[in-house]
Amino acid sequence: MTKLNARIPEGPMAEKWNNYKAGQKLVNPANKRKLDIIVVGTGLAGASAAASLGELGFNVKAFCYQDSPRRAHSIAAQGGINAAKNYPNDGDSVYRLYYDTIKGGDYRSREANVYRLAEVSGNIIDQCVAQGVPFARDYGGLLDNRSFGGAQVSRTFYARGQTGQQLLLGAYSAMMRQVNAGTVKLYPRTEMLDIVLVEGKARGIITRNLVTGNIERHFGHAVVIATGGYGRAFYLSTKAMGSNGSAAWQAYKRGALFANPSFVQIHPTCIPVHGDYQSKLTLMSESLRNDGRIWVPRKKEDAEALRNGRVKPKDIANEDRDYYLERRYPAFGNLVPRDVASRAAKERCDAGYGVGSGLAVYLDFEESIGRLGKKVIEERYGNLFQMYEKIVDENPYETPMMIYPAIHYCMGGLWVDYELMTTIPGLFSIGECNFSDHGANRLGASALMQGLADGYFILPYTIQNYLAAEIMTPRMPVDGREFLETEGQIRERLNRLMQIKGKQSVDRMHRKFGLLLWEMVGMARNSEGLNKAIKEFSSLREEFWTDIRITGGIDEMNPELEKASRVADFIETGELMARDALQREESCGGHFREEFQTPEGEASRNDNDFMFVAAWEYTGTGKEPVLHREPLNYENIKVQTRNYKI
Amino acid sequence: MDFTLKIWRQQNAAAKGRFETHKVAGISPDCSFLEMLDILNQQLIDKFEKPVCFDHDCREGICGACSLYINGRPHGPDSAVTACQLHMRKFKDGDTIVVEPWRARPFPVIKDLVVDRSGFDKIMAAGGYISVNTGGVPDANTIPVPRAHAETAMDAAACIGCGACVAACKNASAMLFVAAKVSQFAMLPQGKVETRERVLKMVAKMDELGFGNCTNTGACEAECPKQISISHIARLNREYLSAKIL
Repeated sequence: MTKLNARIPEGPMAEKWNNYKAGQKLVNPANKRKLDIIVVGTGLAGASAAASLGELGFNVKAFCYQDSPRRAHSIAAQGGINAAKNYPNDGDSVYRLYYDTIKGGDYRSREANVYRLAEVSGNIIDQCVAQGVPFARDYGGLLDNRSFGGAQVSRTFYARGQTGQQLLLGAYSAMMRQVNAGTVKLYPRTEMLDIVLVEGKARGIITRNLVTGNIERHFGHAVVIATGGYGRAFYLSTKAMGSNGSAAWQAYKRGALFANPSFVQIHPTCIPVHGDYQSKLTLMSESLRNDGRIWVPRKKEDAEALRNGRVKPKDIANEDRDYYLERRYPAFGNLVPRDVASRAAKERCDAGYGVGSGLAVYLDFEESIGRLGKKVIEERYGNLFQMYEKIVDENPYETPMMIYPAIHYCMGGLWVDYELMTTIPGLFSIGECNFSDHGANRLGASALMQGLADGYFILPYTIQNYLAAEIMTPRMPVDGREFLETEGQIRERLNRLMQIKGKQSVDRMHRKFGLLLWEMVGMARNSEGLNKAIKEFSSLREEFWTDIRITGGIDEMNPELEKASRVADFIETGELMARDALQREESCGGHFREEFQTPEGEASRNDNDFMFVAAWEYTGTGKEPVLHREPLNYENIKVQTRNYKI
Repeated sequence: MDFTLKIWRQQNAAAKGRFETHKVAGISPDCSFLEMLDILNQQLIDKFEKPVCFDHDCREGICGACSLYINGRPHGPDSAVTACQLHMRKFKDGDTIVVEPWRARPFPVIKDLVVDRSGFDKIMAAGGYISVNTGGVPDANTIPVPRAHAETAMDAAACIGCGACVAACKNASAMLFVAAKVSQFAMLPQGKVETRERVLKMVAKMDELGFGNCTNTGACEAECPKQISISHIARLNREYLSAKIL
């Protein structure tokens, strides 16, 4: 019954990608002109893919919900992008980047994909520099690198605290060049609502024009989903307000398998929640952990006094501070991976040592300002300190920052094979939207790398292997039966949403659902909570479809309708996340099951029973999905327990 | 905190707009301006009314989507922020706040506070890039770039394309936006090759779309959330002039 074939090329690991490229089918220039490719999403993955495919001569249609493709949420990434260039001569290599990524992912990612990612990482930097991305440079004019997220080598390239912005603008510029050349046609303010399948293959999409409300049909010989992660299911997250998982979710409902939905990343350094009106959480770059020390008071009475504002952080003597990461993980200290740092913060706060609202810990620069001087700290983190002060109204040069973990990234996503194709022929998924490279935990500065690797250097090859067999398929008219049927279903869904006219606004219901998801499928999970979550989300789905209130019309710009459709999908996604977390009876990476931990409270992985990708098959709303397993084999790396203590 | 809001409402591009007055009460000073609008919209939905449309996305000052003209200033009364980073503590309790969309002819209103800024994308498509294809580029460290040049390029590249410069300018000029891109590439050896064609094409497109010219009032720099300097406009002018002469 298994549908899973990852189609990993034969041969030794270091030769697989070259072997693949040598043997794959290509499409000749005359035929490329006859082929249409739909790319949904214009972030790093989508824009780089659209640009590269356009340059090759394919007809590309690029869709985004924003008013301009330049606003995709990749733009908010701060810290940097990894590449195995080994410019600092500190021992980096393709193998080491691959090794760190597999280990960081807690041995739940696919080895061949990760190796390829490390292999093309250097090309990405070359490409971006050629595009005019103003990376940081040293005084000799060469590129600067920094160490990031606990890596032992300096392999992170950066452009101040705006690396994501600069990389995205590079990809956007390349895409706009193709818009000018006529190979890419842009559809901004347009949201994909469904995929059209013809004889089992992805052949198009149904969209809604967000300005006029018009429902439109688009044909493509292949469809590429590059719509990012589903983290805003939690309501509060570091994602953009419009970020959503609906394109991937519709793909799932049309038959694509959804892999490891419970693997979400909780980032340790975000500005804590400060009120129930709050709409999103702001990330403070992980690079701050290079010089900031994380602590809470050693005594509960001090924590309480700090929470009440009776004392200030500087009143707590050094010996009364618990630098808990340095205490628990002497080898890595404040630079442990994100999942470990996040759980440790939660542990201290749950035990009653939290500051601020009780759900916050300090990130303190006093020691590094003393050691390096304020000027150096300002040079390194000036924009972040300013951002913090704007939001919180406190000066982090004088009083420690307060931080708390928040939902940040989704490792899980559409299951794809080595070619980045889902289980639906002709439907591809790239960037955060797929599952393949980060396992159960993503390392810092690796998301940008993966998005651009997929879009610039992998998909433009692998999609041709599929399209080579499609050169005889003429463009299909969009008034065919399958297009009209799918459009009819979408119209029915939207009309149904509009007609409910219930009592609760979309935001209220989303906030309610998000809190439940955070509580039961968040940083710490257990079977009781997960079973409860599955039941509650199912009844919440009913409640949504009977009590939601959308004002305004269907044939006009209507953000309430847009949000409602996304939240309906989030609630269903939440149910699948809970099911996935429940079946995975182990703790690994960002997935922590309270029943499976060591006596010291560390994650306890179970490689004998759970070294597999969990890929779920949709069987109908409210019905139990079917679990498929893709076993993971590590041929070039010794599987071991992550240890950040020694 | 309590506020009276005078907000621009307009059903679509063709309709005539008007100000509507609404009151919001009990707003936390830590609330962002957009979160305050969320609270207003919740009130409107509770009354079965249409919420106010406004562009927003990242809510951390980097996507450039928000485009609110608040009390006569793009992004409101704070400096070096976008509207999503503006907090209500910057206002006084009881204030009346006027909220309008960007006011510039090349940015027509789509609905309420939402405007059409696709002109910026068109200018970018005309020449806002370095003409390299994917692959086949030299190693990233082949050409050293003086650090100071790279830093100046980065200063310019920080533009988020929000359009506050156009909205602030009495001529609705897009010079600061165009200058930021031209200047970024002119500072880098990779971009230098095409400077001439780039500056001519981008300026021609800007003119064609109806953006005005620069008369050096400096309003754009004053209101730019990323504090992009008008010295980049000087560099644009220099590049444009040499392109015309040579």
